[in-house]
Amino acid sequence: MFDSRFLIIVLALPFLGSIAAAFLPTKGRNWAASLASIITLIGIVITASYYAMLTNGGVVRYSVPWLPSLGLDFTIRIGGFSWLFALLVLSIGALVVMYARYYMSPEDPVPRFFAFLLSFMGSMLGVVFSGNLIQIAFFWELTSLFSFLLIGYWHHNQSARDGARMALIITATGGVCLLVGFLLLGHMAGSYDLDRVLASGDIIREHDLYLTALILILLGAFTKSAQAPFHFWLPHAMAAPTPVSAYLHSATMVKAGIYLLILLWPVLAGTMSWYFIVTSVGLTTLLLGAWSAIFQQDLKGLLAYSTISHLGLITLLLGLGSPLAAVAAIFHTINHATFKASLFMAVGIIDHETGTRDLRRLSGLAAFMPITATLAMVAAAAMAGVPLLNGFLSKEMFLGAALEAHSGTILDVVLPYLATLASAFSVFYSIRFIHQTFFGPPPVDLPRQPHEAPRWMRLPIEILVLACLLVGILPTLTIGPYLKTAVQSVLGDQTPHYSLAIWHGFNMPLLMSILALIGGAALYAIFGPRLNAIDRSPVIGRLRGRRTFEAALAFLIDGARFWHTKLGTSQLQVQLRLLVLTAIIAGSTPFLTLGYRVGPEAPIIVDPAFAILWILGAVAAIGAAWQAKFHRLVALILIGICGLATCISFLWLSAPDLGLTQLVVEVITLVLLLLGLRWLPKRRSDIWTGVTTPLHVHLRRGRDLLLALAGGLGMAAISYAMMTRPATDSISSFFVERAYNEGGGTNVVNVILVDFRGFDTLGEITVLAIVALTVFSLLRRFRPAPESIELPDQQRRQNAFDDAREDRQRGDTLIHYLLVPRVIMEWLFPVILTFSLYLLLRGHDLPGGGFAGGVTVSIGILILYMASGTRSVEARLNVQPVRWISFGLLCATGTGLAAWGFGYPFLSSYFNYLHLPIIGKMPIASALLFDIGVFAVVVGTTVLTLIAMAHQSIRSPRARKPEGDSIKTTNAEGDS
Amino acid sequence: MEIVLSLAIGILTASGLWLLFRPRTFQLLLGLALLSYAVNLFILASGRLRTDAPAIIGKTGTPDPSLYADPLPQALVLTAIVISFATTALLLVVVMASRGLTGTDHVDGEEDGQ
Repeated sequence: MFDSRFLIIVLALPFLGSIAAAFLPTKGRNWAASLASIITLIGIVITASYYAMLTNGGVVRYSVPWLPSLGLDFTIRIGGFSWLFALLVLSIGALVVMYARYYMSPEDPVPRFFAFLLSFMGSMLGVVFSGNLIQIAFFWELTSLFSFLLIGYWHHNQSARDGARMALIITATGGVCLLVGFLLLGHMAGSYDLDRVLASGDIIREHDLYLTALILILLGAFTKSAQAPFHFWLPHAMAAPTPVSAYLHSATMVKAGIYLLILLWPVLAGTMSWYFIVTSVGLTTLLLGAWSAIFQQDLKGLLAYSTISHLGLITLLLGLGSPLAAVAAIFHTINHATFKASLFMAVGIIDHETGTRDLRRLSGLAAFMPITATLAMVAAAAMAGVPLLNGFLSKEMFLGAALEAHSGTILDVVLPYLATLASAFSVFYSIRFIHQTFFGPPPVDLPRQPHEAPRWMRLPIEILVLACLLVGILPTLTIGPYLKTAVQSVLGDQTPHYSLAIWHGFNMPLLMSILALIGGAALYAIFGPRLNAIDRSPVIGRLRGRRTFEAALAFLIDGARFWHTKLGTSQLQVQLRLLVLTAIIAGSTPFLTLGYRVGPEAPIIVDPAFAILWILGAVAAIGAAWQAKFHRLVALILIGICGLATCISFLWLSAPDLGLTQLVVEVITLVLLLLGLRWLPKRRSDIWTGVTTPLHVHLRRGRDLLLALAGGLGMAAISYAMMTRPATDSISSFFVERAYNEGGGTNVVNVILVDFRGFDTLGEITVLAIVALTVFSLLRRFRPAPESIELPDQQRRQNAFDDAREDRQRGDTLIHYLLVPRVIMEWLFPVILTFSLYLLLRGHDLPGGGFAGGVTVSIGILILYMASGTRSVEARLNVQPVRWISFGLLCATGTGLAAWGFGYPFLSSYFNYLHLPIIGKMPIASALLFDIGVFAVVVGTTVLTLIAMAHQSIRSPRARKPEGDSIKTTNAEGDS
Repeated sequence: MEIVLSLAIGILTASGLWLLFRPRTFQLLLGLALLSYAVNLFILASGRLRTDAPAIIGKTGTPDPSLYADPLPQALVLTAIVISFATTALLLVVVMASRGLTGTDHVDGEEDGQ
C-alpha cells in the first residue's frame, strides 16, 4: 500500500522516461524498449496497490496548491473507474511496448518512437488521474498532440503527414470546445474540482447553461472518440505504425471521450437532450462504422471502422441513460480494448510477415502461421460476440439494454432491431476478416514469404487473448470485483443489480445474439465472395468525410488569405500610421465625450532656466525631425541635445539616478549610431530638383504632419491634465518606508531595482544579454552593401598623403592622428574605471548603481578604442564581453538562488553590518552582489555591442581584399 | 514647470511620430529615440514633479513618503533607459543587415517608387 503521493511518480515517470528516451542514440532500440517496459511495470505495480482503498466507492486524492487564488489545485484523484482505466492504459501499454520492440524496424529512429509513446502514456494517465476539469483539458490536449506525433512518425510518408494533421485538427478543435464546456461546467458547479462537480449534478442539469455546456463537452468527446460525423479521422490515422493503432486508436486514446462521458455520466446524463444527442450519435456511428467495415479491403481499415462502430455502441449505451446500460458501457470499454488491441497486433504480424494488408491478396495464411491464426480467430470471435468470450457478455448486456430503453419515442421500437442488425454486421466483417485471411488456397505473389512471427511478438497477443477467454468463461472470478468497484465509483447509489453469468436462461437478448450470429454468417455466405470487387462502401461511400474536411480547410485558408490581402499590408509605414491613428482616437475619445479639464493642483512656478532648456530641446527635436533624412550627423547631434535636455530635466526633477544613467547611455548610443552611419547609403537632397515635388508626396507629408501634430498635442494635453491633478495613492510609500529598514539602502530607486523588484531586473539583464548576443551574431555574418565597402573619404585622403611621401608608410597619419588627446584619453582610463566602481558601490545608498557603473566602464573602454584604434587596444587588453555577461547572469541568479538555501523565497535579500578591523562597521547587503551581477552584464553587453560594431570597419574591407591593409578605424565618418 | 514639461513632451512626441512615418530606416531609428525621451519624461511626470527631493532617505526612523519624489516611476524609467539602448542597438544592426541584404534603406526593404 502506497501513500497517495506515489501517484505523482506514476504520472511523472513516463514523461521523464520520454525525455531520457529522446536522448538515447538512434540505434538504441533495446535500451528504449527496456526503459519503457520498466517504467510501465513500475506504474502498474504502484497503481494496482491502491485497489484496496477504492472498493466501495473510495477515492484517493492528492492535491498540490497551484493557483489557490483561482481555486485551482493540481489534484490527482483516482476512483474505482479511473483505476480500472489507468490499469488498462498501463497494461496494454506494457504489451504494446513489448510488441513494438519487435515490430519496429531497426532502420527507424526507434528511441524517438518510444519517447512519444511514453509521453502519450503519461498524458493519458494525466487525463485519468486528474482531479480537476482544467487539468483534464490540459492532458487531453497533450494526448492529441502526441497522437499527432505518433501518427506522423513515418513523416516521409505523405499519407502519414495528412492523417496526422487531420487527426490533430479534429481532436484539437474538439479539445477547445471541451475546454469551454469545462469552463461553463465549473462556473455552474462553482468549482473546477472534479468531486465538487460530480456532487452538483442536480444544479447543473437545472442550469440555463446546461445545454450549451453539454453540447461543447460532447463535441470534445465525440471528436476524440471518432463519433459520426467526426469519425473520418480515425481510418486516416491508420497510417501510424501498428503498435500506435493498437494502443492509441483502439484501446486508449479514442476511449478518452468515452472515459469522459462515463465520468460525467452522473452529472450530465438523465435529460432528454442528453438522451437524444448521445443516443442518436451513438446509433449512427454504430451502424455507419459496421456497414463501412464490411467493405474495407485494408485489414487496418476494417479494424478502424470496426473500432468506430464499437465506440458508437458504447456511446449509444451511455446515451440510453439507464444505470444498467452504463454498466454495460464500462464493461464493453474494457472488453473492446482487449480484443481489438490483440487484433491490431495480429494484423501487424500479418503485415510484417507478408508485406501486405490487402484482403484481396491475402489467403490461406493459417497454414503458414497457425498460432497467430488461432489467436486472431479467438479475438475476432470475441469481436463478433461469440459465447464464452468477453465480447459476448457485454454484447448481451447491450442487447438487453436496447430492449429496455424507455423514452416513449420511436427509438424504443427500432432500437432492438437496429442493435441486432449492427451485431449481425459485426459478425459479418469478423468472419470476412478471418475467412479471407487465414483460409482458402495458399496465397500467391505476396511481397514476402509468410511465416510465423517471433515468439516475443506473439506473447502480447497471447496474453490479451487469454484475458478474453478468462473473462468470457469465468467473468465473476476475473473481472467481476474490479468491474463492481468501477461501477460503484461512477454510479454510487444508483448502482443496479446486474449479473455477469454466462447463462441467463433462454431470453430475448440471447435470441437476438443467435439471430445476429446466424444472420451475419448467412450474409457472408451470400455476399462475401462479391465484396472483393467493391471499392468503396455502397450508399454511404459518397459521404466522404475527408473530402468535406479538406474543402472546409481550403475554404478557411482561402478566406484568411482573401481578407489578409484585402485588409492587411506588409508596409511598415501604413501599419504605423494606423497604429498611431488608433491610439489617437482611443486617447481622445474620453476627452471628446467628457470634456477636457485642467486639474486643481497649483503648478510649480516656471524657472526661466528650465524654460530655456526646453526651448533649446524643442528646437533640437524639430530640427532633428527635419534634418534626419539628408543630414544625419546634424540630426544625431540635435538628438543628443534633446537627450541632454531630458537628462537635465531628470536631475532637476529629483531623479539623480535617471540623470546619471541617461547621460552615460546617451554617450554610448551616440557612438553606436556614429559607428552605424558608415553602413547606410548616402542620400542626396537633389532628388526632386529640376522637377516640382509631386502632389501626392505633398499630400502624404501633410497627412503625416497632421497625425504627428495630433499625437504630440494629445500627449501634451494628457501630460498637463495629469500633472495638475494630485497624485493617487500608489505602492510607492511602501517602498520608501521599507527601503532602509528591510532593504538596507537609502537610495530608494536602487533598492527597488535590486531588491523589491529584483526579479524584474533579472529579467531585464537577461534581455540585455540576449540582445547583445543577437547583435554579435548578426554582425558576424554582416555583408555590407557594395557601395559602403570602399574606405571613407578621410581615410582615403590620409592614405593618399602617406603614399605620396617616400618616408611614410600607409597608415602612419592615422597613428599620429590626435596624438595628444590620445595620451590624455589613455590616462583617463583608470580614472574612469575607478569612478565606475565608486558608482557601483555607492549605488545602494546614493545615486549610482550597477547600470550607471556598468555603462561607465564601457565608456572607458570605448575611449581607449577611440584613442588608440581597435587593433592596438586588442593587442594589449583582452576584454571578453561574453564572459562578463555569463559571470553577471550567474552572479545575479546565484544571489537569488542563495536565498533558497536559507529557506527564503527567490531573490530575498539579506542585510547586516559587518565589523571589520580598522574600517569599522560596514553595511553588507546581498543586494550588492546582485548589483555586481547587473554591473557585469551591462559591461559585457555594451562592450560586446560596441566592439562588434567597431570590428566591422576593420573586418569587411579585409574580407574583400585578401592582401590586408593595416587600416585602423574605429570611428566612421558621417556621410552628411 | 508643468506646462513647460507638457509642451516638451508634446514636441518630442510630434517630432518622433513624424520621423516614425518616414520611409528611411535611419529616420525611424531617430524617431524611436525621440519618442522614448517623451515617454520616459511622461512616466517620470506620472509621479508628479518635485524639485530638490530625490528619494534618498535617512537612516533613522520611518521616512515620510510625502517628503520625497516618487521613486517608483523612476525605477521604471531607469529600466526603460537601459532597454531602449538595447533596442536601439538591435534595430541599428537589423537596419544595417537589411541594407546589406536588400541594397536599400527603405523600411520595407524595397523602394516603393518614390
